[in-house]
Amino acid sequence: MNGRLALVFAVALVALAALAFAPFYLGRYQIGLLIGLTGYVTLASAWALFSGPTRYVSLATVAFFGIGAYTVAALNEVLPYPLVLAAAAAIGLAVALVVGLSTLRLAGVYFVIFTFGLAELVRQLVTWYEVNVTGTLGRYIFMSFGPEQIYWQLLALMTITLLISWWIGRNRLGLALKVIGDDEVVATHCGIDIARTKLALFALSAVIITLVGAIQAPRWTYVEPGIVFNPTLSFLTLIMALLGGANRLWGPALGAVPLFLLFEWLSARFPDHYSIILGLLFILIVFVLPGGVAAFAERTFGQRKPDPQTYGAESALSRDTADARR
Amino acid sequence: MTQLLEIRDLRKRFGGLTAVHDISFTIDVGETVGLLGPNGSGKTTVLNMISGLLPASGGAILLNGEKIVGMAAHRIAVRGVARTFQLVRVLPSMSVAENVEAAAAFGPEKLWGAAVRGKALACLDRVGLGGRENEMTAELTYIDQKRLELARALASDPRLLLLDEWLAGLNPTELATGIELISDLKRDGMTVLLVEHVMDAIRALCGRCVVMNAGRKIADGETGNVLSEPEVVRAYLGESHA
Amino acid sequence: MLTTAIIAGLVLGGTYALVAMGLTLQYGIARIMNLAYGETMIAAAFAAFVLKNALGLNPMAGLLLVVPAGFAFGYAIYGVMMRPLVARAGDRSALEIDSILATFGLLFVIQGVLLVLFGSNYMSYSYLNIPVSILGANIAANRLLALGLALTIGLTLYGLLRYTRWGTAIRAVAVAPQSAVLVGIDVNRAARFAFALGGALAAAGGVVISMYQTFTATSGVTFTMKALIVVIMGGVGNLLGALSAGLILGMVETFVATYLEPGLTLAATYAIFLALLLWRPQGLFGKATR
Repeated sequence: MNGRLALVFAVALVALAALAFAPFYLGRYQIGLLIGLTGYVTLASAWALFSGPTRYVSLATVAFFGIGAYTVAALNEVLPYPLVLAAAAAIGLAVALVVGLSTLRLAGVYFVIFTFGLAELVRQLVTWYEVNVTGTLGRYIFMSFGPEQIYWQLLALMTITLLISWWIGRNRLGLALKVIGDDEVVATHCGIDIARTKLALFALSAVIITLVGAIQAPRWTYVEPGIVFNPTLSFLTLIMALLGGANRLWGPALGAVPLFLLFEWLSARFPDHYSIILGLLFILIVFVLPGGVAAFAERTFGQRKPDPQTYGAESALSRDTADARR
Repeated sequence: MTQLLEIRDLRKRFGGLTAVHDISFTIDVGETVGLLGPNGSGKTTVLNMISGLLPASGGAILLNGEKIVGMAAHRIAVRGVARTFQLVRVLPSMSVAENVEAAAAFGPEKLWGAAVRGKALACLDRVGLGGRENEMTAELTYIDQKRLELARALASDPRLLLLDEWLAGLNPTELATGIELISDLKRDGMTVLLVEHVMDAIRALCGRCVVMNAGRKIADGETGNVLSEPEVVRAYLGESHA
Repeated sequence: MLTTAIIAGLVLGGTYALVAMGLTLQYGIARIMNLAYGETMIAAAFAAFVLKNALGLNPMAGLLLVVPAGFAFGYAIYGVMMRPLVARAGDRSALEIDSILATFGLLFVIQGVLLVLFGSNYMSYSYLNIPVSILGANIAANRLLALGLALTIGLTLYGLLRYTRWGTAIRAVAVAPQSAVLVGIDVNRAARFAFALGGALAAAGGVVISMYQTFTATSGVTFTMKALIVVIMGGVGNLLGALSAGLILGMVETFVATYLEPGLTLAATYAIFLALLLWRPQGLFGKATR
């Protein structure tokens, strides 16, 4: 380990410790903010884990988040908490594998369309199941722990997510993802199993997102499908990761922190016009900063090697290889 | 001589069009074979089926006796088939070294760490890109991108190297360097199948040639003989020259 | 029961076909993947609602106002939002991602405006809600009208594209944008026109839907989803394919709702979509590429 890396680790460790002790000095409202903040940093980082290098735009974030949250709502009185989390992760994994196996071999645009409606599909299925099978729509979550515990769990998950992301970047898998992002044909001729690599990453990212939903669920004491499958969440995650730069370790976090605070303020200040402002902001981001803030900063200050100029360039969408179902 | 590649009754249909019609030929270990034919005769399609980029519609491809037809491209790559592309394909957002490391890391040897770096640098050296490993791929000249592609193919230590018009579009000096490079590989015992139009290169490099026309094999044999066969001349130059 | 289901299926399917034709124009010709398409529809449905309730204007007359408005909206959106994206996109996939992201934002803007104006309640109005008996089944007249409208508009459009010089130019752009330029077709104009036409069809679909269904400010996503699935089923850019696939989807949904469970219609749609993706990614009526 070289000196610079050690320094970065030391700083990160200090920051982590400071964040971990933060609840002892903060009030309820601030802890709530921290929970939201950590949650979105984790979501954006997990989203970028898959979508950044592969350039498959996933709109399914809330589908997995909702699955996590709803699993906790459904099982919190039946199983001990760690098992509830494990069950949520397992369900998220299963759904991710089904979605991934059926869509990731195809052109990216099919994937986008499929994930676009996935949250709505899961929401309708859950609603149907609850109404027809269990006969109860809406559930209560009773947990013995307070917001601090939720925060610490999220902080741990965030740390793990960033570590995974860092590890992948230095690993064979990271190289494989970069090659896939650049040219899938070359990737397979180098010996990379594209389908499996994408599926593994998609599943990993989905499980983390599911866990964020599961951990945050006790924040609502009452849960129903309409609450946990709110599409704005997919949207926010996407903007944050894109704005920060989905191809960099700290990119999603850099995007998530300011945007989360901005959105908190906006939703408090303009509750009625929130989604309009959100939408306009998003369009603006697409127009102004296609490569994300981090890429933008690097371009502007020219420190590191140049990046592909736009986020979408050379994307996985509608590749000529895509019509071949291999 | 041991046989490395055997192609038997290979066929490819695109809808109603039969692009490759029951082609058969073999390549021995250490041989350099030219795959010739006019544009659209199906040469690249054959190459694409060998490397697994396209599925075959019928027939067999055997590598060292193992059936590789129907296998995914990455599994064929791991078995030692490497290639370059007609329209050069480099990884634009990655550095020169990373382009080559990609092949070394996922090829048959699955190198990592210092070994993968070392391998990449050695391959770059070999194609004349030594010392340029940190340059950005997108900024390379055309010939250098071709060199890079070759280095990438070499990095997986292939048993069979497929070159798809690798010498096309080079100026006379570059062409001489290119031919020299492939001769070097040949001397080291590499087995090469090259799709090529440059006749000087074919005469200099290939002991044997397979000629295709309209999806069928029309000649197969020692280069000098094949090139003077009336049917080959006709295919290339048209009826009047025969 | 069966006759009722079949006719209801045709009505729904006709509407889907109409809506999908607009989307296939936008995606197949203008190359814009418009995720805000369903929101355009819902906005038109609200417009019909307001015209009916506030001004007492009958939806047929409303159609004459709303459809041109949809065209103008599409024209404006293409000019302001899409044109710059098209201009800067290096290739088709770059444009696809940019347009997906930009229209995703647009979706929230339109939805937000509708929520501010109308709230999140289910809306409907009563128009021609009189039973008509066909083959022993009672069908509301508004549904029959909806089917008639969908088929008339759809087939007229098909005729225009198929048999006019202008339509040939538009189709040429869909097949080969690069070559279309060479024969003197203004691709940008064709794309802009196709996008606007898509907007008009979305508006028509929205008005038609509002005649016989309830809707809310947030139901656009489902319509976009269904329209996308119909487009893919029919083969991108294929109008007759969209028509047939729309009818199929409408029938399947109605049958699932009638005989299985209304809550599972979207699941049925998805099942079809998945099966199709795995079986024939080029679409039911699309030709194999290459």
